[in-house]
Amino acid sequence: MARIIVVTSGKGGVGKTTTSAAIAMGLAKKGHKTAVIDFDVGLRNLDLIMGCERRVVYDFINVINGEASLNQALIKDKNCNLLYILAASQTRDKDALSQEGVGKVLDDLSKDFKYIICDSPAGIERGAHLAMYFADDAFVVTNPEVSSVRDSDRMLGILSSKSRRAEQNKEPIKEYLLLTRYSPERVKLGEMLSVEDVQEILSLHLLGVVPESKSVLNASNSGIPVILDEKSDAGQAYADIVARYLGENKPHRFIDDKKGFFGKLFGGK
Amino acid sequence: MSKDAQKTPYNPPALEFKSSTFSVPVLVIASNDLLIIEQQLQAKVLLAPEFFKNSPLVLDVQELNKQSVDVDVVAVIEVIRKLGLLPIGIRGGNARQNEQATTLGIPLHSIHTSSTTIDAKKPKTPTPEPETKDLLQTGTTVITHPIRSGQRVYAAGDLVIIAQVSAGTEILAEGNIHVYGTLRGRALAGVQGNTEARIFCSDLQAELISIAGNYKISEDLSQNIRNTPVQIYLDKQTLVIKEI
Ligand SMILES: Nc1ncnc2c1ncn2[C@@H]1O[C@H](COP(=O)(O)OP(=O)(O)OP(=O)(O)O)[C@@H](O)[C@H]1O
Ligand SMILES: [Mg+2]
Repeated sequence: MARIIVVTSGKGGVGKTTTSAAIAMGLAKKGHKTAVIDFDVGLRNLDLIMGCERRVVYDFINVINGEASLNQALIKDKNCNLLYILAASQTRDKDALSQEGVGKVLDDLSKDFKYIICDSPAGIERGAHLAMYFADDAFVVTNPEVSSVRDSDRMLGILSSKSRRAEQNKEPIKEYLLLTRYSPERVKLGEMLSVEDVQEILSLHLLGVVPESKSVLNASNSGIPVILDEKSDAGQAYADIVARYLGENKPHRFIDDKKGFFGKLFGGK
Repeated sequence: MSKDAQKTPYNPPALEFKSSTFSVPVLVIASNDLLIIEQQLQAKVLLAPEFFKNSPLVLDVQELNKQSVDVDVVAVIEVIRKLGLLPIGIRGGNARQNEQATTLGIPLHSIHTSSTTIDAKKPKTPTPEPETKDLLQTGTTVITHPIRSGQRVYAAGDLVIIAQVSAGTEILAEGNIHVYGTLRGRALAGVQGNTEARIFCSDLQAELISIAGNYKISEDLSQNIRNTPVQIYLDKQTLVIKEI
C-alpha cells in the first residue's frame, strides 16, 4: 500500500509545485518507487518543473475517463527510474476530475508505488479538495506572511474535517508544516514572520524551512527538481525535509541569518 | 429506476417514523414594535451571520401575551424571513395568533413540552431553578483539536476547547465558553440570551467576544488584557474583562 501525500496550501504561488517535484525526486532517490500527480487541471506546470513537458502523451484526465491506461500515461523521469509523473491536462476543465475517478487512479497506483505525491492547485475548490481527500499525510506549504499562514490554517481545518480519513472516522491525516521562501534577513527587518511566529499561529510539526533562493528559479528553468542541485541551499533544505519525513534526525537549518555572526558583532540587539 | 424496483421481489418500506430531538433557537420578543424587532434582530444576525443564515427558529410571544400586548405575528414572521432566518414554529401565542401562524404553515409548539423534555434528562429529583437556567443546562461539549480558520462550532450547553482557536473562526455556545489555548477567533457565549454566561481563555487575542449579544471587537480590547488569561462576563449590559 502506498502512502499518499498531498502538497497543499490554500494560497497560490507559495511553492507547492516546487515542493512536490523536489519531495518526489527525493523519495525516489532514496530508493522508494514514487509517483507525482499534477491536480492543477487547466494550469499544468509540474511537467515543466520536472522537465518532461515534451513527453506528455496522455494525462490524468485521460486515465480517469478510461481513454488511456495508467501505464500509458505515467511518464518515467529522465533522472531517476523510480520516479513517475502523471501530468495534468491543459485543455480540459476542472469538472473532468471526479472523486470516484481520482479514487480509482490512486487505488491502482497504490498497488505498485510506495509514495504518491499529489500536487494540489491553489484555493479550496474542487481540485484542491480532490487532491487532499484521499491523503494520508499533508505537507502544508506556507510562506512567512500573514495571508499565507491564514490560508494554511483554513486548509488544515478542511484536512481535519473533509478528508476521507475524517469522513470514515479513521486516524486523521498527519499534518506537516513546510515553511518556504524564508528569508532570515527579511525576518530580521520585520518584513516577514519568523519561524516561531508561524509555529505559534499554526501549532504544527515543522518538517523544514526552505530558504528563498535563486536556485529554485534556475532549477525550474532547466526542468530539474531543485533537490538535485545538491550544492544549493534550497536543494539541501528539501533533502533534509525528505530525510526527516523518513524518520532521520536532522537539525533545522536556514533559519538564522547567515550574517548573524557579524550582526551580533556590530550592533543589533 | 421505478421499473427496476417493481421487479425486485423484496420491497423495503419507503418510509419510517423516527423520534428525534433538535435544538432550535427560540426568539423571545418583548416588544411589538416591528421596527425595533427588525433592528435588534439584524444586529444579532450580523454578529454571527454564518450561524444565522437559513437557521430554523421558533418565535415565542409568551412574554407579550403575559403583558397583554398584542403583536402582529404575520408581520413579525415576515421580518424574520427577510433577515434570512426560517421560522419553523410559534409558541405562547393566543388563539388568533395561533390561527395566523397555522395559515402561514407554521406549526404550534407548547411551552410545556420543551421544559418537560429537558427535565426528563435530569437526575430523579430535579431542583427547581429559574426557567432561563433550566433551558441552558444542556451539557458540555469538549473539543480537543484546534479550531481552524473557516470553521464554526456551536454548543447547546457549555463549550470547552482544549486547543487553540484560530483567527477566522466562530465559536458559539448557549452556555459558557472555555478555551485552554489561544483564542484568536470570534467567541460568542450565551447566544440564546443567557446573561450569566462567561468566556474563559488562557490567551486573549480574539477578533470578537460577545455575551448574550453584548459584544466587543478586537479594536476595543485594551492592550493590557491582550495576550493574557482572562475571564469575560456581563455586569449590567457591560462586558467586563478581567485577568485571571
Ligand atoms: N524557495 C524558493 N525560493 C525562491 N523562489 C521560489 C521558492 N519556492 C518557489 N519559488 C518560486 O515561486 C513561484 C511559485 O512556485 P510554485 O509554482 O512552486 O508555487 P505553487 O504553490 O505551486 O503555485 P500555484 O498555486 O500557482 O500552483 C515560482 O516562480 C517559483 O520559482
Ligand atoms: Mg502549482
